[in-house]
Amino acid sequence: MKTTETSAPAESGVPVGKTGDPAGAPSKEKKEGTVLNVFSHGVLIIWAFMVVMPLLWAVMTSFKDDASIFSSPWSLPDKLRFDNWSRAWTEANMSDYFLNTVLVVGGSLIGTLVLGSMAAYALARFDFPGNRFIYYLFIGGMSFPIMLALVPLFYVVNNMGLLNTIHGLILVYIAYSLPFTVFFLTAFFRTLPTSVAEAAFVDGASHSRTFFQIMLPMAKPGLVSVGIFNFLGQWNQYMLPTVLNTDPDKRVLTQGLVQLAVSQGYKGDWSGLFAGLVMAMLPVLAAYIVFQRQVVQGLTAGALK
Amino acid sequence: MQHGKYRFIVGFLAVPLGLYTLFVVWPFIQSIYYSFTDWTGLSPDFKMVGFDNYERMLDDDIFWKSLQHSLLFALLLPLVTISLALFFAFMINVGGRKRRGGPVITGVRGSSFYKIVYFFPQVLSIAIVALLFAFAYNPDSGAINSILRGIGLDSVQPLWLGDPNLALWAVMAVLVWSTVGFFVVLFSAGMASIPADLYEAALLDGANRSTTFFRITLPLLWDTVQSGWVYMGILALGAESFAVVQIMTTGPGGPDYSTTVMVLYVYQKAFRDGQAAYATTIGVALLIVTLAFAAVVMRLGRRERLEY
Repeated sequence: MKTTETSAPAESGVPVGKTGDPAGAPSKEKKEGTVLNVFSHGVLIIWAFMVVMPLLWAVMTSFKDDASIFSSPWSLPDKLRFDNWSRAWTEANMSDYFLNTVLVVGGSLIGTLVLGSMAAYALARFDFPGNRFIYYLFIGGMSFPIMLALVPLFYVVNNMGLLNTIHGLILVYIAYSLPFTVFFLTAFFRTLPTSVAEAAFVDGASHSRTFFQIMLPMAKPGLVSVGIFNFLGQWNQYMLPTVLNTDPDKRVLTQGLVQLAVSQGYKGDWSGLFAGLVMAMLPVLAAYIVFQRQVVQGLTAGALK
Repeated sequence: MQHGKYRFIVGFLAVPLGLYTLFVVWPFIQSIYYSFTDWTGLSPDFKMVGFDNYERMLDDDIFWKSLQHSLLFALLLPLVTISLALFFAFMINVGGRKRRGGPVITGVRGSSFYKIVYFFPQVLSIAIVALLFAFAYNPDSGAINSILRGIGLDSVQPLWLGDPNLALWAVMAVLVWSTVGFFVVLFSAGMASIPADLYEAALLDGANRSTTFFRITLPLLWDTVQSGWVYMGILALGAESFAVVQIMTTGPGGPDYSTTVMVLYVYQKAFRDGQAAYATTIGVALLIVTLAFAAVVMRLGRRERLEY
């Protein structure tokens, strides 16, 4: 994954003309290369434009007043109306949605990493009857349509008194994050050397102490990758809270925005809604730009295995 | 390593496995059982009705519509998304200008910039993306029709999500928009690990760019493409299509059920119409479609693994 950028700087040092190209061939080759280069830049820029434009449009719209949103969607805002943002933050309850989301995602991320790494470690490093069965039971959860389970799950959660509670949502998020987490971390624990753990064990450390003090620190890169993957998945989760969390006070960000779209539609407060949308978009985009490499590695790690 | 081993294993597996069984495995098993009952979800009383729900499903026109749409999502979305992503990734990695004395094949300048930008939609929630485009598609004040007016196409002002013939395509375009970047980055990583000698040898032998793509890049990338295909198909049948259809289209489900997909139909039957048993029946059908899709892609795509 690291080799992409190496070609450009390496070239300048190579002596010219020693590659032995016959005189006629390179010019044709070069021309084809140039045409291709222009074409590929053209195509790539168009797509970059298509990706960025809707996002820029949302940011622009969030600073406008309602009248100009409708009359001229693409014009720049005449002035930056920050009151849209403050209205969305306080009146439209965006602050509550943020807080709920932080609580749910914080709790379930920690729970997922702790429980996922425990299960993965036991499955990766110990032989016992049923090991394969349990492993495939976890893996199977990745390809099953979650909606099928959600119908009975609603009543399971309801009977336990966990419906519309933050901790109930946390437990469900953890359960549905385990398949990928176990899959990824099992593979990761298998790659770690056994000798260190054995040495610790010989020195009298218990299995659990070996795990928490030796293996977990060694597994940090894997935990970071799978942690980012789960953070984004849980932060952006929409289907689970839609079904299991219908109390207006407990809404998470995605639900809150959708609800806002319905209610602001009646009130006609489009600018406030766009401010809310952008507010929800920006932290994730900013975090992505800062931790770009880790995010990409975390999200593509599963598919490359 | 034997001392206390089993106690340790049980201690480490009990909580995760218990949680997983309670909230994931057990509901799956229950829902298959419920599909043979007349449970409404509202009252605790129900009785077994055999295959009644399945017979009803086969006579249900809306079910067939939703099945068609889901199949279209599962087949067309990965095809379009992955083709576009392969094309962009190839351009990023091979489209560079040949510099004198440099390698024959180079990536374009600014390749990392493209990859960063293309990845933006991937980190956003699909719910936010769906909301954003629901406004962009608005026929009067939306960004898209406004662009059309701006370039002089005043007569072309589609209703987009309001038009039964267009709504489904408009929804699918949003899913393509939001997932292409992920695959560009994924395939780029794969392409970067293909040794440059292979390209140089092929070019020396007189192969042009499209031949090198189909004869070298694609075969060597096949495993990644295949798992990406399955991944995308499962998303398109499940969570992603639920979010976009439920948020973007009226009803939800579009004018004249034109965008209803199976996963949305399950949700509506269970949580809107109080027909939980029938909902699980459609859910079982969705399960069968998903597993069949994965099996077909894995079977059709099976090739000898190439080592390089």
